[in-house]
Parts: sequence; C-alpha cells; structure tokens
Amino acid sequence: MANEQTPFKRIASDFAANPIAVFGLTLLGLVVLTALLAPLISPQNPYDLAQLDVMEGRLPPGSASPAGGRFWLGTDDQGRDMLSAIFYGLRISLTVGVLSTLIALVIGLALGLAAAYFGGKTEAVIMRVADIQLSFPAILIALILLAVLGQGTPKIIAALVTVQWAYYARTVRSAALVERRKEYIEAARCLALSPLRIVFRHLLPNCLPPLIVVATVQVAAAIALEATLSFLGLGLPITEPSLGLLIANGYQYLLSGKYWISFFPGIALLMTIVSINLVGDQLRDVLNPRLQR
Amino acid sequence: MTAQAEADVAAVKPPLLELRSVSKRFVRSLDVVSRMANLLGSHVREEVIHAVDRVNMTVRDREVVGLVGESGCGKSTLGRLAIGLLAPSEGERYWRGASLAGLAPATARKQQLKMQMIFQDPYASLNPRMRVIDIVGEGPVVHGLIGPTQQTEYVALQLNRVGLDPTLMRRFPHQFSGGQRARIGIARALAVKPEFMVCDESVAALDVSIQAQVLNLFMDLQAALGLTYLFISHDLRVVRHISDRLVIMYLGREVESGPTAEVFATPNHPYTQALLAEVGKLEPKKRSFVPVKGEIPSPLSPPSGCHFHPRCPYAMVKCRQTAPPLVKIGPGRWSACYLNDVAFG
Amino acid sequence: MAATALLDIQGLDTWFFTRAGIVKAVNDVSFSIGPGEVLGLVGESGSGKSMTGYSIMGLVDPPGRIVGGKIIFKGRDLVGMSAEEMRQLRGNRIAMVFQDPMMTLNPVLRIDVQMIEAILAHERVSRAAALDRSREALTKVGIPSPESRLRAYPHQFSGGMRQRVAIAIALLNRPDLVIADEPTTALDVTIQGQILFEMQTLTRETGAALIWITHDLSVIAGLADRVCVMYAGRIVEQGTTVDVLAAPRHPYTRGLLDSVPGNSAARQRLRQIPGMTPSLLELPPGCAFRTRCPRAAAKCEQDPEMRQLGSGDQSVRCFYPLEAQ
Repeated sequence: MANEQTPFKRIASDFAANPIAVFGLTLLGLVVLTALLAPLISPQNPYDLAQLDVMEGRLPPGSASPAGGRFWLGTDDQGRDMLSAIFYGLRISLTVGVLSTLIALVIGLALGLAAAYFGGKTEAVIMRVADIQLSFPAILIALILLAVLGQGTPKIIAALVTVQWAYYARTVRSAALVERRKEYIEAARCLALSPLRIVFRHLLPNCLPPLIVVATVQVAAAIALEATLSFLGLGLPITEPSLGLLIANGYQYLLSGKYWISFFPGIALLMTIVSINLVGDQLRDVLNPRLQR
Repeated sequence: MTAQAEADVAAVKPPLLELRSVSKRFVRSLDVVSRMANLLGSHVREEVIHAVDRVNMTVRDREVVGLVGESGCGKSTLGRLAIGLLAPSEGERYWRGASLAGLAPATARKQQLKMQMIFQDPYASLNPRMRVIDIVGEGPVVHGLIGPTQQTEYVALQLNRVGLDPTLMRRFPHQFSGGQRARIGIARALAVKPEFMVCDESVAALDVSIQAQVLNLFMDLQAALGLTYLFISHDLRVVRHISDRLVIMYLGREVESGPTAEVFATPNHPYTQALLAEVGKLEPKKRSFVPVKGEIPSPLSPPSGCHFHPRCPYAMVKCRQTAPPLVKIGPGRWSACYLNDVAFG
Repeated sequence: MAATALLDIQGLDTWFFTRAGIVKAVNDVSFSIGPGEVLGLVGESGSGKSMTGYSIMGLVDPPGRIVGGKIIFKGRDLVGMSAEEMRQLRGNRIAMVFQDPMMTLNPVLRIDVQMIEAILAHERVSRAAALDRSREALTKVGIPSPESRLRAYPHQFSGGMRQRVAIAIALLNRPDLVIADEPTTALDVTIQGQILFEMQTLTRETGAALIWITHDLSVIAGLADRVCVMYAGRIVEQGTTVDVLAAPRHPYTRGLLDSVPGNSAARQRLRQIPGMTPSLLELPPGCAFRTRCPRAAAKCEQDPEMRQLGSGDQSVRCFYPLEAQ
C-alpha cells in the first residue's frame, strides 16, 4: 500500500479504472484548453467588428477566407468565422457556467452547513426558502430575473446563482445531518474544540463528496440553461455570442441548407455537456463510500 | 499514617465523579401536521423516551466501574451524560466535590479535557479526512498543551504508548485495521492528559484476539497513568475481567450495583441473575438454554412500576404498581427489588 | 463417515480476483457433516467462515468464484451445478440464516406474503395450506399471536423477532441442512439465549443438520457436536467440541481460548496473540499463522497439511501441534 495514500490519490486511481470516464475527462480537458487558449488559436477575432465583412456571410465550411486561410466551419450571417466564434463561445459558456456554479456552491454550502449545525428556526427558515425556490422551474425564475435586471454577463451569472444555490444547500444539509451524528464529531466535541472549528475542519471536508458530484453535473446544467436563455434572446448581448446565441442565430437558416451556423455550435455544446456529465457520473461512483472498501 | 487512617481519608475524599439523580429525556415534539391533527380532534401525543431515569453514580479515583445492560437500558446515554456530551434533563454532576454546572467557558474547556471518551465504532470514530498526526495532535495544539512545532514528537510519544508504529502517523484512518483504529482513538484521548475515561463498548466491534490486546492495553494504561474508567459493555465476560465495581441497568434505571466479584458470586436482582445465566462458558457441555422469557420492552412505552416485572419469574402485584427503590443490601451493594424487602424484613 | 455424510466438502477453493491481487478467501477447506449433526465453524474476521457458507449456498458474487474442490450434498456436487438446479435446492433442501435478518426479509412486503412465496416456490400447495404452515412456523419460533403478526411488515418487529421470522422462513420447507451465519451476534444477550434455545430445539425436532458460523467460542461450546477452527481462509483445527475446547492442538486455537476473558483470572493480563491477522493479499508463504505463532520454526515456511492426530476425530494443520493434556 502506498506510504501516504491520500484520499485524492485513491480517488484518482479509482476514477482511472473506467475507460469511458477517462475519455470524458480527456474530452473535457480538450474543451477547457480550447476555451482558455481561444484568443491564441482562433483564426479570427469574432468580436472585432472591423474584421467582419457581411459579404463573407453564410459561406459554407471550407470556403476560402480573404485573410488567406479557410473558414473551416463556414461563416454565420454576420461574416464571423464559425470556428473562432465557437472557440470564443465555449469560453463564455464555460466561464458563465463555472463561475455561477462556484458562487452558488459557496452560498449554498454556507447556508446548508448553518442549517444543519444550528437546526431549529435557522434550519426551518433556510430550508423553506430553498424548497419554495426549487418548486419553481429554473427557467421561469431566470427569465423573470433577467427581465428585471437586463442583459449582461454579471446579470446572467446572478440569475444562474439564484437558481442554483438551493440544490447545494439541500445537498450539504443532508450530508451534514448524517455526518453530524457520527462519532468523530462527538470526539471533536469531547476535545472541547470550538463549534466553528468543528464545522469547518471536521464537518465540511466530509460533506464535500456529494457536493462535488452535484457541482460537476450542475456546471453542465448551468451551461445548458445559459444557452437556453441566450437562445431566447435574454442572455448575453449579441456582440459577445455564447454557444446558445450562435445556435439561435443560425436557427432560421437550418431548413434552407445553411446548417453549419447552428450545427457546429450545437455539437460543441453537446461535447461540453456530455464530457462534464461523464466525469460527474464517474466521480459520483468513485466518491460513493458504500462502494469503497 | 496507619492503614485504617488512610482508608478513612480515602473514604472522606470526594469521589472523582458523581452523578446525582440524573435523568435524560428525549422528546420528539409534534410537528405542524400533528399539531393541526390535534386541533381537529385526534390525540397525537408527544413521544418521550426516558433514556435515563434518576440514576445516581459515584466513581472513585483509579476505579474501574463497569456499566452493563442490554439495548435500551440507557448505558450509552449515561456515559455521555457523565462525560458532558449530553446535558441532563435533571440532576447534577460533581467533579471532586465541585459542581460542574455553570462553569465559565475557559474552565469548562479545561474540565472537559479531563474527561475523554473512547468510542465503539473504529470506523466512524476517526475523521476519515484527517491524518493520524492531526487526529491525535489537534487537541493538544489547539488547547496549548504543546506548541505546533512539538506536534510530531508528541504524537509519536502517544502512538508508542498505545503500541502503534509512529512512522505511520502521516497515514489516513482507512489504511489501518479495526484494532489499530481503536488504538488511535485511545491515543487521541490520552493526548489531552485525561483523568477519567469512558469506554463506550470500545472492544465490542473487535475480533476476540484483538479485543484481548486492547483490554490489556487498557489495564496497562490504568496502572501506568493512574486513570479512572467507566467501562460500558454488554459483554459480561469483559466487564467481569476489567472492572472493580459493577452497575447494572435496565430500561433507564439502575437495578443493581456492587463489587464485581460479589455481584457475580451472588447476584441479587432477578435481571442480574438472568444476565449472568446467559454468560457463555467455555465448558463443552451441551446446555439446554433456559432463557428468560419475553422481549425487551421498547423505551417508548416502558412497563409500569418495576420495568422488569413482565419478564420476572418472581413478579408480585406490588411490582406492577410502583418502581422499587434502590436499597442497600450490603457494604457497597445496592439492589432495586421488592424481594429484598421480603428477605430483609 | 463420508459414506453417510449429508454434506461432504473436499478441498474447496473460493478465490476473489481483485485489481489488487488474488484473495484466497477459502483455501483448501474440507469437512463433512452428517444428518442431524451440529457443526461449528469458528473464526475471526477474514477467516473465510462466512464465505464458506456462501460457497455452499452458491451465493458467491464476482469478482469471487469457486475455483476448485467439491461440495457433495446428498451425493450431488454443488460446484458447477446449473443455476436452476441450485435454485431448487436453495431455500428448500439447504437454507441460510444471516446475521442481519433484513438480508432475508424484504422491507416492503408483508410477512405472510414472503413466507407463502417461499413455500410456493418449491411446492405446489394451496395458498390456504401455505398460510397454515406459515402460521405454524411462526408459533414454533416463539412469536406470540402469529395470526396478526403475519399481516405485519418487517419494520414492525424488533431485532430479535425479525431474526426469529428469518429462522422460521429458513425452516419452512424442512431443509436437510441449515447454515446459520452469526445469527445472534447483533442481538442482546438474553434474546441470544432464546434464539439459541429455539434453534437447538427446532433442528433436533426436524432432524436438520446445522452449520453454525460464529466468532464466539462459548456459543459453540453449548451447541455444537463438532467444530472447525478457521484462520486466513484455511481450517487449522477440526474435531469434536469436547476435544478441541478441552485440549486444543493448534496454537491459534489455544490463543483464541486464552483471549476470551472469563477463562483467566480477573484483572490479570490476558494471554494475547501478538500482531494482527495478515491481509489476505499479503499472506506469508507457508503457514498463515507463522508470523504470530510462538512455536514457529523454519519448517513452518512450508504449507502444512491437515493431519489426523491419534485415533480420534481430531486433525490439525500444524507441524508442531501442542501436546495433548
């Protein structure tokens, strides 16, 4: 056995045992890398209106570009190179998805832990608010919020956070309720450690596994939600198209043969969400304590 | 000082820990739905479990008190009341004669460190995400018993004391066997220099051969460090081996207590007699088991009067009506049974 | 003896093929049991005693499987039997009682439904007849007012009652062999006594053979005719209960007996076996007990075989067995 087999090493080796999950992780890595390096690898900056030429619009994939290269995936109705638009779109989608998930996670975590540790009225209030929120469809809440707040990246993130925090709060609370009863928490109280220390040093790290799984899958859901909102025209501004907006733009051309304007962004979105879900699935199995030992 | 004078002084010195008439009730209060149902005419009652019912217990310095009983008897609850993990619904705790109620936070913390618990489940009692060095070292460092730079050395000392290899201290609990984890739990308790330890079924989950090792460890530590134990167990053989005095509980009440050897030789209360009859002996004679009849009642609805009367072969009318009080039936021996009234007149 | 044996196990090997290596959970295990006999299978965790029981029942899950040996039950070898044939035997001619009664009882079905199902799976009788038999079985295991208890769900019973129901189900079809895997370990001492009493009575009545798997030697003392002591997947000692408990020949058995408090004087140090059971993935070559045995010598680096001692029934897997006293 390894000398210091950290939980992380153990999880990593369990994860690697499933080839499909490894494939998912590789794919996800590719997506993330692309998003990070978008400015470096895009043939064109799709946000630079000066570079765009409407005359280059709606060109099929493989057409020659005036700059000398090729529009490998064609152009959209504004003359934007699809490949570049997809790279930048991935970047935006991932940023919005990950940021909103992270913020929602932190808020949900704090509230869920508070509910579990203090119980009583605190718990009742927090959980009822969460329940009410979860009983509304996410889209509805997001739409209402965006209608009020208007467009823009920070506002979309705010809407996504509002929609998501309740999942985390609930998950953390359930996990914390179970862990709170375990003997190592009693032992910590026996050692006269402060409640704050017990919550953050003992309770929290053991509530993370279900949280990580939910968060991973929720990133995909957030990305999908953002795409939907953009598709409906309420998301990000038209000058910084995310994948959803790109799909929306090309929607009208789908049946007239210019499929590439919607199709390729759709594929990119699909790849992102599928890879995240594959990783999330395997993480859930790997982190499930009942399947261990 | 003469031996008699020493004995007198010891008798007068206040006991290490004293629980006076402690009770613990767990109430499951009605939720909104039940309260509405009651408004509409149904009679949904609150559920109250009398886990511990007016128990008095005294533990003297360097004593090993065995606490015995079956499920629902309240021994684990009593252990937690003694340590302070649970607050009593009624009753008081005294440490060396001074009350433990209403202490200032700093004093209460110092006091808490003197009383430690060794838990039952070797898997659930260690934080799976902490290394052993932190599990054992956190308490001493946080409370200023040692400086952070001394942690490694100090933890090595504790691990050696419990028979574990100190080079393993950077490992995580899942890399150890059940017996080793039990030892880590003991090291964690010892690290804060306790005077009193409650062992709550600490060897129940261990294999017989490992159990022997851990029991020997308990006895060695007591001799070396002058510890006092409250040893909670359902296994009478273990309790008989390790304890000076025995307290037997049934459904929240104390039914008998006394020096171990005496209780085993002449059990007084019918429940004690039934328990002792079940103690497995290693004589390979085909016994016809003559069991005590009936099931252990649920603590939610205990029988009236003496809790044991439905299963007692000697039950009288009186037993159903009022609970018999604990009476002294000999030096250091107490029993709660009306049969003693008959016997002692 | 083998001729009249109800169950004759010869050289059983049940191995687990894990990522970390091969775990020989049951390693060259041989014993037999005659009709109406009570055999105790004693060992600590990791000894392979439960896995032996599962192997007989055909309940070994991947990554484990029986890789060798024979399990001859009433003349037929259970190893390699088809799933259908095994199903006809299970619950019918061979029954098992588990440590956790919820391994037998389905929490969402009523007791009568489960019991009737167990009967009808193996016999064609009317539902009324099956219900009658179920009621009788519950009475036999000491459940008061069986009529109303039949319509209850498992969660409405206490732990001891549930185990009784599980035992009743096991005995419903009058099996020839009952395997009990630590059925009383999780129960209170007074309830344990009751269950032991009932199992003893019932098996005597029906003439069923009983294999009692446990880690508690004192249970075996009062119950079993013969006992097998297991360590790290192997049987290390076999014999009549009287012989093995009074004069154990294997150092492990001796150590086990010494570890039980109540055998030695109170407040004295128990004679403990040093060290721990080795992980089955890292067994030392030769005798598995070698690393903890006070009598180990160079020869113990070879695998000892089971050798019969004297003229009696006792056999031991050791090059240096203890002297008879």
